[in-house]
Amino acid sequence: MNAVRRSCRVTGAERVGLYALIRVERSGLEPGVPGQFFMLEAPGRLLPRPFSVCLAPPGELAFLVDSVGPGTEAIAALEAGDEIAVFGPLGNGYRLDVERPLLVGGGIGIAPLPYLAEQLGGAPRIVAGFRSAAHAEAASILPAHAEVVVDPTLVTDCYLEGWDVLACGPEPMLNAVAALCAGAGSDGGKAAAARPYGGAQLAWEAPMACGYGACYGCVIELDGALKRLCIEGPVVAATRTRRTPEPASNSLLLGEVRA
Amino acid sequence: MRLLNASGCLDALAAPDVARALDGFVTKTVTPLPREGNAPPRIAETAHGMLNAIGLANPGRARFLGDSLPRLRELGIPLWVSVGGFCAEDYAETCGRLTGIEAIELNLSCPNVDEAADSAAEIVAACRAATELPLYAKLSAAHPDVGDVARAVAAAGANGLSLINTLRAVALDRNLRPALARGSGGYSGPALKPVALHAVRACAEATTLPIVGMGGIATGRDALEFLACGATDVALGTVLFSDPDAPARVRAELAAACAEAGVASPDDARGLAKSPETEEKVTA
Repeated sequence: MNAVRRSCRVTGAERVGLYALIRVERSGLEPGVPGQFFMLEAPGRLLPRPFSVCLAPPGELAFLVDSVGPGTEAIAALEAGDEIAVFGPLGNGYRLDVERPLLVGGGIGIAPLPYLAEQLGGAPRIVAGFRSAAHAEAASILPAHAEVVVDPTLVTDCYLEGWDVLACGPEPMLNAVAALCAGAGSDGGKAAAARPYGGAQLAWEAPMACGYGACYGCVIELDGALKRLCIEGPVVAATRTRRTPEPASNSLLLGEVRA
Repeated sequence: MRLLNASGCLDALAAPDVARALDGFVTKTVTPLPREGNAPPRIAETAHGMLNAIGLANPGRARFLGDSLPRLRELGIPLWVSVGGFCAEDYAETCGRLTGIEAIELNLSCPNVDEAADSAAEIVAACRAATELPLYAKLSAAHPDVGDVARAVAAAGANGLSLINTLRAVALDRNLRPALARGSGGYSGPALKPVALHAVRACAEATTLPIVGMGGIATGRDALEFLACGATDVALGTVLFSDPDAPARVRAELAAACAEAGVASPDDARGLAKSPETEEKVTA
């Protein structure tokens, strides 16, 4: 574990569509590989919250925050000059050794894509899907060439065949992307299966207390067994089979509970 | 005073540096057979604590002894193995196979599995017959008189007590459904501290056994309060989730907290909050 925990000063907070972009001083933290995540202290809350790196300009790290509960609300409300503890980088990010990268993001799942695009270089193709025009304003944080679709048009309506997909978004989207990549082509998916990572690398999400394997809270079912997402992922190859249990509630998938 | 982790709150193999910052590592509870644990969601934050329903996920006794324990030994830190089961024989058999560790903690109080039908004292007695290693009985505060349980496990041969485990609790989501898939879970975090302090104090007065105090310790001052109530050692649980650097921080704060409270050292604080005479008067 090369992650470290530092107190970081907030250097800026800006609106990006319906989301907040929180910038902090790096304070010696490494940005890590795109898709890795950091645990950010949520002021006034017991537990930190996980966020992937959105931007990593010199001296800074920036995180895209969707206010879905008390923890994310507290983080989204941070202002320049505030200090929070930041711990990371954690988990496994995207493998960048792919031939034809296609970045796919859904909603707040666009968060890791700006840093991912930068690290891949060469202006990779990007498809971003949003549930409303208001949410889609967040696409302003993506490179200008990104293709943006709004519900009822889905990211899976875009041409994904033959690409090495690097995706982040809600579970139904990731499942659809994985299925599409697996079954793509007239050969019933044989070519896709032969591609690295089954044609897709998927960044999953789970409620998480610690981010470093201590709490055993963030398990998902992978290859028929419950595994800690913070250790196995959050980026997981589509060659691994994920079974999504019936959620007890949508709010819990976002790691937030109102007490 | 030794600083430990609460069982189930740290994976020393995933985070060896955090474990090495402690005076000993307490494993997740080992059961005879492998357990995958409960379905997610397993955790939920509440206003003043958190709930978990992990369900004693562990590789089982055989794989623990053959794979995990040898790798844990390589860390070079004192090991405490938490032992669980569903009857006294389960516990005793695991205890009998453990060697070369600092101590055994008997998990007699996990709120996230169906409890063993045997009493705490019966389990301790069976384990006592199976091992000469120090046996710490981890008790729940959810008992009308935890001091009574402490006396019973002491008589059965326990060498120490671990106090307390999480308390069974429920949190609801926005749709008024249980936040955890299992329904209920174990409550931990700052809200537990006063409950745990009481349990430690009651057991320190009921027995002479050494006590590992835990339950909501987040600062050096918290640790000092456990010592004042009679704990000999303290363990960090939920705070490790938010702050993996908590061991070093708590140690540093403990020194400052001692100075502020006017005690020379943490060990000098032990038992300061014990006052059986006062308690008797109040009860009378």
